[in-house]
Amino acid sequence: MMAEQTEPRPVAMRPRMKLHRAVWPLLALAAILIVSGIVSPGFYNIRIVEGRLFGNLIDIVYRATPTALVALGMAVVIGTKGIDLSVGSTIAITGAVIAWRIQMGDPHLVVLMMALGAATLCGIWNGFLVAGLGIQPIIATLILMVSGRGIGLLINLLYGGTNPSFESALLQGLSTGHLMSIPTRLFLAAAIFLALWLIIRRTALGLFIESVGGNAAAANLAGVNARLITFVAYVLCALCAGWAGVIMTADTHTSDPVSVAMYIELDAILAVVIGGGSLAGGRIHLGMTVIGALVIQALTTSILISGLPPEYNLVVKAVVVLFVLLLQSDNARRAITSPFRGRAR
Amino acid sequence: MINAKYLPLAATVTVFVALFLVGGMMYRNFLSTLVLGHILADNAFVIIAAIGATFVILSGGIDLSIGSMIGFVGVCMAVLDQAGWHPLASAALLLCFGILFGAMQGYLIDFCEIQPFIVTLAGLFLLRGACFMVSLDSVPIRHEFVQTFATTRIPLPGRGFLTSSAIVMLLSLAVAIFIAHFTRFGTNIYAIGGDKESARLMGVPIRRTTVMIYGLGGFYSALAGVIYALYTSSGYPLAGSTTELSAIAAVVLGGTLLTGGVGLVAGTVFGGMILGLISTLIIFHGSLNSAWIMISSGMLLFGFIVLHRFLVGSFDLRGSS
Repeated sequence: MMAEQTEPRPVAMRPRMKLHRAVWPLLALAAILIVSGIVSPGFYNIRIVEGRLFGNLIDIVYRATPTALVALGMAVVIGTKGIDLSVGSTIAITGAVIAWRIQMGDPHLVVLMMALGAATLCGIWNGFLVAGLGIQPIIATLILMVSGRGIGLLINLLYGGTNPSFESALLQGLSTGHLMSIPTRLFLAAAIFLALWLIIRRTALGLFIESVGGNAAAANLAGVNARLITFVAYVLCALCAGWAGVIMTADTHTSDPVSVAMYIELDAILAVVIGGGSLAGGRIHLGMTVIGALVIQALTTSILISGLPPEYNLVVKAVVVLFVLLLQSDNARRAITSPFRGRAR
Repeated sequence: MINAKYLPLAATVTVFVALFLVGGMMYRNFLSTLVLGHILADNAFVIIAAIGATFVILSGGIDLSIGSMIGFVGVCMAVLDQAGWHPLASAALLLCFGILFGAMQGYLIDFCEIQPFIVTLAGLFLLRGACFMVSLDSVPIRHEFVQTFATTRIPLPGRGFLTSSAIVMLLSLAVAIFIAHFTRFGTNIYAIGGDKESARLMGVPIRRTTVMIYGLGGFYSALAGVIYALYTSSGYPLAGSTTELSAIAAVVLGGTLLTGGVGLVAGTVFGGMILGLISTLIIFHGSLNSAWIMISSGMLLFGFIVLHRFLVGSFDLRGSS
């Protein structure tokens, strides 16, 4: 499937570095779509049923939205040389809060705010551990990852419910509704992306985050409050996860803390890495991260549609991911020798 | 220095003993070798996997493929059992596979300079997918050896006994302690975890050691898979999901730093037993549910990490900024 990619070996010309980085994930996405188009005829068909768009391409974008949102936040955290393993738990808690407050009869807009507030609290906790106590991000967020789903279950038990379901016109409108025959969640995601992009790229915050991720000590000496910046990154990440949680919970009409968004942290990290982000920090590629999430979802959808048994899904995914990574690692090795980017540390 | 090295281990053992005593105060018959033996038996596979993860983490890496390896080994053993293989033969084959798979991950990590997190994440997906390709259903292992394995036990003083899984666990612990503290390879692991560049400059063969570390990790997770399959006498493609997290948690609770270079294999065993003890306590309580297992594990993890933070902060004065 990926044979197209092996032939042109990466030509690491420094001025084209930027273009270069964007090319591989896009090529992977294009290759996946082209192969699917050949394997399953009618893959590109888009039609309008009952006033909304239907088709595989729409489906890919539709289903990729929560992962993409989580991955956007993850990209910010990874930019600080951190990682957030607790996004799945954040989503579980968000869902539990939604179900709980709706059951209590709060206005749904308030419920939405409360859910996002709960997610923000998760981010504050992670940020406190990482930036305040200086604990390694992987362990610091492991704590919430381990206990977060339990907290979600406890919130469910507050009013004696297991996997409570709910109805909410507002939340379900945001998640599964459609506007001008386009799914609403795409507008929502686009708005969040735009907001995040403005914060990261049109204020100094993005620069600060990248400087902290590149070298926290140096950034500190240069007058950047590295702790505060790291803290903000975790809060932003949790907020993005919270929005994903709202979408996912409203999608299923239930709060299911044990199994909702299982492994989403892995998919999100993968999306960031496929999009060219390095876990060594110092870089944020918001747009490419979205492409990364689309690559993952396109792969999943294509495998489902191609008629391959779904059990091949994970294996193909692993192989493709390894492949994309290997392609990028050639770049990485050449880039390390280049003078303008020193070794990490 | 000598004292500082054993401080985290002492803390872990203290917490374990304290929790055990708390259990003894709350429930009659808790303070017995029977309960201890059961904790050892029920958590043998997690602890074995965690011992392998200790080496990987000591070297500054991480291995996420543990849980999938356990599932894959179990499914393969079950399928080979149906094909008429003796469980020991298939176990030997799968242990070799584990070493090879781990070594391959180690090679990718070192040669391509991809983060261990990402490489072993791909390993997680690959092996879990392979599980589903081998079998979608739970497959029983019916060989009489499974029965022999389940009934072999060494009686302990009191009413307790060591099951064969616990014995395998203790044996693998002995091997691990030998590797970590009495071989050059073990010293190299600590050197790489402490400071990779310094280790390289001192002439530690980084690539060979990295490949061997992940090979060892693969061996231990495959062994955990074998034990799990024999213990449950079946292979289930979803077996062992998120075991890697328990293993990492056990390693952290055992006093090993995720930054690498600091920690003891023996601590990991107590870390794993603490996790087992918590779920046993909650099961004894009866009215608490799984939510509390998750939350209390998380809180304990938090307490330990903060404790460590201060311990490490106090003896980190030796030069490294």
